[in-house]
Amino acid sequence: MLSKRIIPCLDVKDGRTVKGVNFVDLKDAGDPVELAWQYAQQGADELVFLDITATHERRGTTIEMVKAVARQLNIPFTIGGGITSVADAEALLNSGADKISINSAAVRNPQLIEDLAKAFGVQFVVLAVDTKLVNGRNMVHLNGGRLITELETEDWILKAESLGAGEILLTSMDHDGTKNGFDCSLLDKVARSINIPVIASGGAGTMAHFTDVFLQTGVDAALAASVFHFGEIPIPDLKEELKKHNIPVRS
Amino acid sequence: MIGIVNYGAGNIFSLTAALERLDIPFGMVNTAAELDLYTHIIIPGVGHAGTAMNKLLHTGLVAPIKALTKPVLGICVGMQLLTQHSEEGDADLMNIVPIKTRLFNKDQGIKIPHMGWNNIEHQNNSLFEGVENGTQFYFVHSYFIEYNATFDIATANYGMPFSAAVKKDNFYGVQFHPEKSGIAGERLLKNFSNLKQ
Repeated sequence: MLSKRIIPCLDVKDGRTVKGVNFVDLKDAGDPVELAWQYAQQGADELVFLDITATHERRGTTIEMVKAVARQLNIPFTIGGGITSVADAEALLNSGADKISINSAAVRNPQLIEDLAKAFGVQFVVLAVDTKLVNGRNMVHLNGGRLITELETEDWILKAESLGAGEILLTSMDHDGTKNGFDCSLLDKVARSINIPVIASGGAGTMAHFTDVFLQTGVDAALAASVFHFGEIPIPDLKEELKKHNIPVRS
Repeated sequence: MIGIVNYGAGNIFSLTAALERLDIPFGMVNTAAELDLYTHIIIPGVGHAGTAMNKLLHTGLVAPIKALTKPVLGICVGMQLLTQHSEEGDADLMNIVPIKTRLFNKDQGIKIPHMGWNNIEHQNNSLFEGVENGTQFYFVHSYFIEYNATFDIATANYGMPFSAAVKKDNFYGVQFHPEKSGIAGERLLKNFSNLKQ
């Protein structure tokens, strides 16, 4: 049976991981390679690196980081941030990234999804969607939730699937940072409306939130950052808890 | 020493990185003559099976590969190339293992691609030495190799049972990505490199 995936998300700036990370036995919390390796040891199923200051000039730094991670890591990883062209994606693929995640570039140019899927296969293309409730409607937002678009979240995701997105990373900006749990009702609606995997993101605070999102929705994976980075939820404990609820996880 | 068939179907960075971590020496195979330089051969592959087969045909390596008697391991699309035919692009493949590569059926309530960690049941072939039955490996694919008891050495289930690994004589194939499958995947690569001629 296919396991539900647990995915720590790491923010990267100039090839270094940022945001406080609090592992006792970590020599250098800013070293993406060491951090990634630690997560793999803990039983993370996959990693997402989000390059938060990606610019054209700094692309080289990111590529070197991706190569360094791929040399050491024996689990899959996704890299996102600043990818606007097939050439950007190809450089990352050739450096060992398993998937790339695109967000605002796809909103501005939906054709990019199709171009990437044709060039590298749908399995390579993760569409990240940041959503926020506005007057009772879930609307796609850009720039970390600061910029609203005209796209309704569910419509955009359906369109992205038809264009060739292989997976959806859906972050609820209303839940993100609250530690009050995932947006289960929206995640379930989305997961049921499409035939590609969905990664839940935004709101994880306790192990029960992970249990809830897997029991109450059809999502395939759950992503979180701070609860893992600060050791609030050790991944082995989380896996044990999910197993108790008969949720299939990798041991 | 392992020779990796270099025919341009997908990126091999992760595979070579895994071999480096395991201290397994390797080199690239571009020509038929280079097949002789190595004791073991890996055929990698990501993407479209029909396109991959066309690229392999273009290298002129199909007949020399089929004539090999040393251990050969096809990974993902590289495994599918060992079969007779793929529904992807209605492509005739190398036909080393006379079974078919088919598209998953979404009417069975499954998402396509089959992406993530799935457990396998293996038949104690040396390729899986030291790997517990029920261990999860990392899969990413939309097409699968039909289960056939004669050639199956490991089975996975996704809507229906399919072959996660096959073997015919010296030819082995794995649908999952050992280079991305944690410690179990690394063990499998090590086991392959230790297979006797």
